[in-house]
Amino acid sequence: MNPANYLYISALLFTIGAIGVVVRRNAIVIFMCVELMLNACNLAFVTFARINGNLDGQVVAFFTMVVAACEVVVGLAIIVTIYRSRRSASVDDASLLKR
Amino acid sequence: MTSNSLVYLIALPLFGATVLLLAGRRSDKWGHIFGTLMSASSFAVGVYLFIQMLGNSDGQRAMTQKLFNWISVGSFQVDAGLLVDQLSICFVLLITGVGTLIHIYSIAYMSHDLDRRRFFAYLNFFIAAMLLLVLGDSYLNLYVGWEGVGLASYLLIGFWNQKPTYATAAKKAFVANRVGDMGLSLAIMIAFATLGTVSFDGVKEHASHASTGALTAIGIMLLVAATGKSAQFPLQAWLGDAMAGPTPVSALIHAATMVTAGVYLITRSNFIFDLAPNAQLAVAVIGVITLLFGAIIGMAKDDIKKALAASTMSQIGYMVLGAGLGPAGYAFAIMHLLTHGFFKAGMFLGAGSVMHGMNDEVNMRRYGGLRKFMPITFATFGLGYLAIIGVPPFAGFYSKDKIIEVAFNAGGIKGITLGSAALLGAMITAFYMTRVVILTFAGSKRWDDKAHPHESPFLMWAPMVLLAFGSVASGFFFSRGDSLKNWLEPVVGGHMAHEAELLSPAVVSILALVLVVIGVGFAIIKYLLNEVPQVAPTDVTVFTKIARRDLLQDDFNEAVFMRPGQAITRGLQTADTTLIDGAVRGVGRFAVGAGNILRTTQTGFVRSYALWILVGAIGLVATIWVVTL
Repeated sequence: MNPANYLYISALLFTIGAIGVVVRRNAIVIFMCVELMLNACNLAFVTFARINGNLDGQVVAFFTMVVAACEVVVGLAIIVTIYRSRRSASVDDASLLKR
Repeated sequence: MTSNSLVYLIALPLFGATVLLLAGRRSDKWGHIFGTLMSASSFAVGVYLFIQMLGNSDGQRAMTQKLFNWISVGSFQVDAGLLVDQLSICFVLLITGVGTLIHIYSIAYMSHDLDRRRFFAYLNFFIAAMLLLVLGDSYLNLYVGWEGVGLASYLLIGFWNQKPTYATAAKKAFVANRVGDMGLSLAIMIAFATLGTVSFDGVKEHASHASTGALTAIGIMLLVAATGKSAQFPLQAWLGDAMAGPTPVSALIHAATMVTAGVYLITRSNFIFDLAPNAQLAVAVIGVITLLFGAIIGMAKDDIKKALAASTMSQIGYMVLGAGLGPAGYAFAIMHLLTHGFFKAGMFLGAGSVMHGMNDEVNMRRYGGLRKFMPITFATFGLGYLAIIGVPPFAGFYSKDKIIEVAFNAGGIKGITLGSAALLGAMITAFYMTRVVILTFAGSKRWDDKAHPHESPFLMWAPMVLLAFGSVASGFFFSRGDSLKNWLEPVVGGHMAHEAELLSPAVVSILALVLVVIGVGFAIIKYLLNEVPQVAPTDVTVFTKIARRDLLQDDFNEAVFMRPGQAITRGLQTADTTLIDGAVRGVGRFAVGAGNILRTTQTGFVRSYALWILVGAIGLVATIWVVTL
């Protein structure tokens, strides 16, 4: 199969994720969209590794996963804290920094 | 020869000033006595030194005292040192002698003034500064005294500074003096640059090796300094306004001593002027211009003090003319300076006495017939009057006629021009002084009933009587056997024998006397035989109007220096506020404005930041794509 198709998938997933981050209000959904974008990148890395015939891309994909795991831990903790204090997970409600 | 007592001359009055200023109101009760005592003891030291000098032989008379090493920078060494020689002792005796008499006079004159103690403090300070001026052994020491008398003059002109016009007069005097002071500082700098020294001895020694150009430059700068301090053309405008000060100040500072400092400076620098003929000619020309200038202004003034001030200006013009005539004239310039110190100080004190009896009225048109009410003032003023117009055997006859004679014998066109101008000045002097005397003491009374003219107290008329003695006898005493000339010869150089004298002394005296009689006659016809109006007539010729306005010198200064200066200042100020301040403020305003615009992007909404990040990322990718295409 033409490896370029994976790249199209990757681009599609990334776009969906990016649009999701911009248009959704719920922090959890935004978070999931960020994860989606990270995984779209992973897919692209792996595909390029396959196309070029070396393992560099795959290694980077692992790194991305590690970073994503860390990010999930920290990000979820923040979101839970915000939800506890404000009774809302909407990112538009957490806009105190502008004042 | 060294002497340890020179410093006391200056220290005593300086001590007086310090005590009176620091003790403040506590010394109000005895301040005037203390100040007078300090001045008198300085006079005593002066007399002691004079007697000591008389006892020495001609070449051994100068005495020096080194106080301390003042400036020591590389090859530039200046000691704070004092020098008293035949020239400076004349000034020391004049300053402390006349100064003490005026202190005594002021005790009575200022008795109703709440600030009398401060007045005496300033007077003492003036005496100290003036003594430093004439005793300094280098131009730099002289400069300190020069600035000191300028400060004292400023403080005393503005003594009644509650009146804004008086404060302005003080400022005017100070500013005009600063212009002259700049000349003196430039002269000192040129002297150091070209001769490598600023002491009188050093300059005298090195002057003969210096180029004529440098010496001329120094001479011209010294002349500028002299015109400022001595109210000579073109810096004379301040002297008339300086009459705002109390009358004893006018007598001491603006008639007898400070304004003659310029003559002292030129005479002291004789070794420079003798080697720079152009500068010397400039001195003589300035003197002649001023003596006519002052005399013409004197004819038009109705204020008795301003008329006397114009006369002072004119008489100093004679002295400067004398000093500009070289070795032949120095001694007579100094002689005229000393006799003028007596008769003009006496006349100013007389004017003060008249004002004292007339509720401080200064307009001579409101006087008239005062001789019956103030016989002593009239007598002393009259003797001063006879001295100034040069009637033999009074003092002015000896000194002024000698200057006219030397001017005539200066040779060539120069001699005839200078001499005739000086002779003309003598006639005008006779006219305006007769006018002053007639308007004040003769004729019918023109004052209103509120004035009660009366003779002044003893403390006021006693100094006037003593000064009147000086006006009578000093000229005869100085010129008997050329005593002053021989006395000064070691300092200013001797009279070179003239090949042919244009006019002999007798001819000059007769010419001068004839002109004086004409001048007096005119004044008698105009003011004694005709009625004098109480208000100055306004339907006068344009010449009179110009003379009343000080020959437009103020207008000239205003149009040429003051207005353009003001315009430049205003322009610079505008440039400062718009360009320089504008640039600085503009930077700030730009930062604030840019911040305000950028702040609107900071909405606080996470999603909008995310959108910006996305737009940025897409922009970046698009750019890379376009570039690599």
